[in-house]
Amino acid sequence: MTVTTHPDYRYRPGPLHAMLLAGTVPLFLGALLSDIAYYNSFQIQWANFAAWLIAGGLLFAGLALLFALANLIGAQRKAGRPVVYLLLLLVTWVIGLINAFEHAKDAWAVMPAGLVLSAVVAVLAVITAWLGLSNLRSGGER
Amino acid sequence: MKTVSALTTLSMALLLGACGGEADTTLERGPDPKLPEPQRGLLPSMKIAEPAEWGDKLPTVPDGFSITAIATDLKIPRQTLVLPNGDILVAEGRGGNAAKLKPKDVIASYIKAQGNTKVKGGNRLTLLRDADGDGTYETQTVFAENLNAPYGLAFHEGNLYVANQDAVVRFDYQDGQTQASGEPAKVTDLPKEINHHWTKAMTISPDGRYLYVGIGSNSNIGERGMEVEADRALVWQIDAESGMHKPYATGLRNPTALTIQPETGQLWAVVNERDELGPDLVPDYLTSVQEGKFYGWPYAYWGQNADTRVQPHKPEMVDITIKPDYALGSHVAALGVDFSIPEMGEQFANGVFVGEHGSWNRDNPVGYKVIFVPFADGRPAGEPIDFATGFRGEDGKTRGRPVGVTVDPKGALIIADDLSNTIWRVTRNQ
Repeated sequence: MTVTTHPDYRYRPGPLHAMLLAGTVPLFLGALLSDIAYYNSFQIQWANFAAWLIAGGLLFAGLALLFALANLIGAQRKAGRPVVYLLLLLVTWVIGLINAFEHAKDAWAVMPAGLVLSAVVAVLAVITAWLGLSNLRSGGER
Repeated sequence: MKTVSALTTLSMALLLGACGGEADTTLERGPDPKLPEPQRGLLPSMKIAEPAEWGDKLPTVPDGFSITAIATDLKIPRQTLVLPNGDILVAEGRGGNAAKLKPKDVIASYIKAQGNTKVKGGNRLTLLRDADGDGTYETQTVFAENLNAPYGLAFHEGNLYVANQDAVVRFDYQDGQTQASGEPAKVTDLPKEINHHWTKAMTISPDGRYLYVGIGSNSNIGERGMEVEADRALVWQIDAESGMHKPYATGLRNPTALTIQPETGQLWAVVNERDELGPDLVPDYLTSVQEGKFYGWPYAYWGQNADTRVQPHKPEMVDITIKPDYALGSHVAALGVDFSIPEMGEQFANGVFVGEHGSWNRDNPVGYKVIFVPFADGRPAGEPIDFATGFRGEDGKTRGRPVGVTVDPKGALIIADDLSNTIWRVTRNQ
């Protein structure tokens, strides 16, 4: 992995990295949908689903974060899209963590902040995954 | 502890919303506590007891009183009962096996477990006897076993009632028995699904006709759904002979100890109120239990203060909520109550003793002691007085956590301590 004939190689997520990163999208999106269902129905089970989906999203995003960090450390040019991707993933994870704490509140105390945060995190997850999975193009420009 | 402070530090660092700011809070007690606005940081404030051994130390009692451990190495003693011949029965056990529904439940139950004993509950009654009356309870023997998290105890004319976490059972009792003569008979089943709050407090009317059993809520504030709260957060009146029962008073979140006022026959309770509304909400309370009344949970607290965490909200329930009699302070976790007698000395002759297990949902811990609430004209009157302290030492370590308190007619207070698994006896110096 130290040969650098193709500098952009290390920016491209490997299969596991890609799975983890892509997995954050349905998990955080699922949390958002569960929150919407709870908001509309008052059925507490949706709030439980949301809490676990967020926990799963954090686990996936956290592991993806480690991969992204390792890739960046190994990269020659530490700038551009890979850095933006890493930072976005970090922001997604931190806001996701805040959202997890928000969802640890009891019953309706989750609302409305939990719903808003879930929406923010879901959008961030989509953008981050998009960016992370299309990194291949970034290094080729130079 | 490290985990907790790390989490707290993290919450401070993230500082989203109202975090911290609890340094100057005071413990509001009495009939008319000042209630602040509800608040909740990103993480609930948590300060869990750090268990330590008593060693040579003892709890502190007022001048003119002495305290001794009359039984040790028990298996989670909760409530006690003094039998007519002076023998003491101790209910031992730990119940509840509520499913963990959220990641929070997994984490919080682990953290809270650090402040409790590691001993497995005994599910039994232990009998203590001081045959020669020298204050040493030389006999410590198992009276009955294979019970299911016994907690409430009541006695009337040869009938010994035990409130397990799933049923009230009755033993026939002859004076002087040290062991039950057989299996108990079931009086009635009790609500047992989930059993988030599993303790079934119990007392009996002076004529022996009715048992009163406290049945705690199945959640802090409805976070397990309101479907599981049917027949919860109330006191049942049970016909002791037939087992027929009805709700006697409702909206009592977790009535953890019940007792009868001797001169009036009135039922009194200590009730643990809801968490996660800040360090000074909601006060746990001591109250006379008025038949047919609604005390607020989950829709309202301390009278008609709405708690909108339970949805759909029911304003009509807020409107019918009545105010309890006497605030014991938020998060003190009152788990024991008993009326005093003149033999306890002039200062403590008229009033109730209250055992306080101690807080978790508060940066500055409260409770961890036994207090005395003075009465006048049959009502709480005046400031509470510390009666037994030092369970949480000045070194920040917790050596004991009081649960049940029982006044011995001989003029002593029996305190069950479920952290050090000890029964304490406080007597007046002669």
